[in-house]
Amino acid sequence: MKASPDSQDLVRRLEQAGYIADESLAVTLMLMAQLGRPLLVEGDAGVGKTEIAKALAQVYGCELIRLQCYEGLDVNAAVYEWNYQRQLLAIKMQESENASVADKERHVFSDTYLLKRPLLQAISRPQSPVLLIDEVDRADEEFEAYLLEVLADHQISIPELGTIRATSVPYVVLTSNGTRELSDALRRRCLYYHLDYPSYDKELRIVTRRIPGIEARLAGQIVAFVQRLRGLDLQKRPGTAETLDWAAALVKLNIRSLDTNPDFIADTLVCLLKTREDQAAVTSSETARLLAQSV
Amino acid sequence: MLTERILEFVRLMRANHFRAGLQETIDALRVAECVNVTDPDRLRWGLRALLCSNSADWSRFDPFFEGYWRRFDRRAIELRASGALARFEGADDDRPAAQTSPANATGPQKGDRARGIGASARDATRSDFRLAELNKDTYPLEQWIEQLARRMRKRLLRRHHPRRAGHRIHMRRTLRRSLRYGGLPLELTFQQRRRELPRLVLITDVSRSMNAYSYFFLRFARAIVGGFRDADAFVFHTRLIHVTDLLKERDGHRLKEKLAWIAAGWGGGTRIGESLQSFDRDYARRLVDSRTFVFILSDGYDTGEPELLGEQMRRLKQRARRVIWLNPLLGRPDYAPIAGGMAAALPHLDLFASAHNLESLMKIERTLTAL
Repeated sequence: MKASPDSQDLVRRLEQAGYIADESLAVTLMLMAQLGRPLLVEGDAGVGKTEIAKALAQVYGCELIRLQCYEGLDVNAAVYEWNYQRQLLAIKMQESENASVADKERHVFSDTYLLKRPLLQAISRPQSPVLLIDEVDRADEEFEAYLLEVLADHQISIPELGTIRATSVPYVVLTSNGTRELSDALRRRCLYYHLDYPSYDKELRIVTRRIPGIEARLAGQIVAFVQRLRGLDLQKRPGTAETLDWAAALVKLNIRSLDTNPDFIADTLVCLLKTREDQAAVTSSETARLLAQSV
Repeated sequence: MLTERILEFVRLMRANHFRAGLQETIDALRVAECVNVTDPDRLRWGLRALLCSNSADWSRFDPFFEGYWRRFDRRAIELRASGALARFEGADDDRPAAQTSPANATGPQKGDRARGIGASARDATRSDFRLAELNKDTYPLEQWIEQLARRMRKRLLRRHHPRRAGHRIHMRRTLRRSLRYGGLPLELTFQQRRRELPRLVLITDVSRSMNAYSYFFLRFARAIVGGFRDADAFVFHTRLIHVTDLLKERDGHRLKEKLAWIAAGWGGGTRIGESLQSFDRDYARRLVDSRTFVFILSDGYDTGEPELLGEQMRRLKQRARRVIWLNPLLGRPDYAPIAGGMAAALPHLDLFASAHNLESLMKIERTLTAL
């Protein structure tokens, strides 16, 4: 049995990297390294899914390679591409040389002309990096199937070059927002973590950690307000990212307490409410009520 | 001893439709090795990460763990595990059927995972929606309807998925660009196929005569609309309401309230013709084009003028790719579509099908490909 790092220790190190994590997440991250499985993180937008990978890279002291998925993402953008321009120039330059065709071909399809994209980068580093595959649900199903193969075998085959085996097994973090259902196979392959909106205490710690110089009283009021706001019937509930935006805005505006100027505070709510319907739903009287409860 | 307990726990979870295969069983033992077993919380977190694979699993994991490891009411859980394993017959031929879970109620339960369908599935697929007892039968029915709708959506999408292999080099433009490099094609220009995904519009009748069905149809509409960019849903009785955003509500309970409110609150006649007219005026230009499938879910009892309905259907048909009318009454042996409105609409339909039970909905799913 390998000596596993203590999960509480990992929580501390994550906190030093600027990420406040529950111990359950730390245990999951430890298992991810031990079992060599990717981690699939789901949760509403703005709860800090992407931040996990960033913090993890800092804790392990390794590189973070990020693959942002989108509709139409294909192998050329995710794995590799030949540098056609350079290849053509090389061919032109070789025209006068006496090398055999086979040699020329070998030269043109060598490592020099290969553009490595995130997936290939991730498995060919000397040290294991953290590979963040962001919003995997936005990519197409074909890509997901390909990804699964790479994650399972840790090898990529390039027709002109042969199979490239992993020199490093990356720590893979996948995030999903649920625009599309992921395949069973991918879900099964991954460890799973559902990231929820943080509790009052946790969010307060996040705010004080990330917004240096914020007064404890204001931070408490902000978090209490946002937590209440999430309880309302909104289309898009504000995430931690929005809380941080709002807190930063209020600090910039030299506001020291939420009870001083309610009308002005109501105007700053654009940081939290991102749709027209939500802004209409949170009326000034509603804001006043929430403010009164929070201070 | 501990090993056996863990193996038994994984078996229990598998019986309860958690995705736990052989590899997961092995890894469960490794989890126990990695975490400090004497700390039950860490064991719980570790096994939870391993055995859960979606948010529904996530929210129902803890009771199982508590029940098994802390030994209260373990028998009840095992009993629950043994039921509800029947296969959903005939629903799905090309994928292996897993089982649906009795407990994954809340949470975003999306996707057309070809989940199987629980006990007494055969009877339930045949029985008319209107005979479903509220709160007793609705629950599994809702889930099946949502699964079916997702599968339907997928089937429509699959056919139109652009072929990435079809990207070709645009020779002419590439050569033209190569002139400035002395004839070397350094800048490649690609021909790209235009994406053509179908768009879906669902218009559901929620008048009183449809009371028994509209609730299920709305669940159907919700699953079609959920998480899909090019789909819109409307409801009508005497007037038309756009409900796409409302159906995107993620919270299961809140949605239920809202749906009940929409489906129940109204009454007093059905004006299909006028509703379609307002659809034509306000939305059709934006939503309906040559790639749009329009679904109308209604019994066709119109208190307005049949001529108006006929005219509106003609206009809709001109605009849309396909117009599909699902009528729950068609499933009754004594029904014929001769009532004024229905008869007027009939000539303008690409598909007129019954939708009174799951079986009929499943049949439609299969015919969609042929359309």
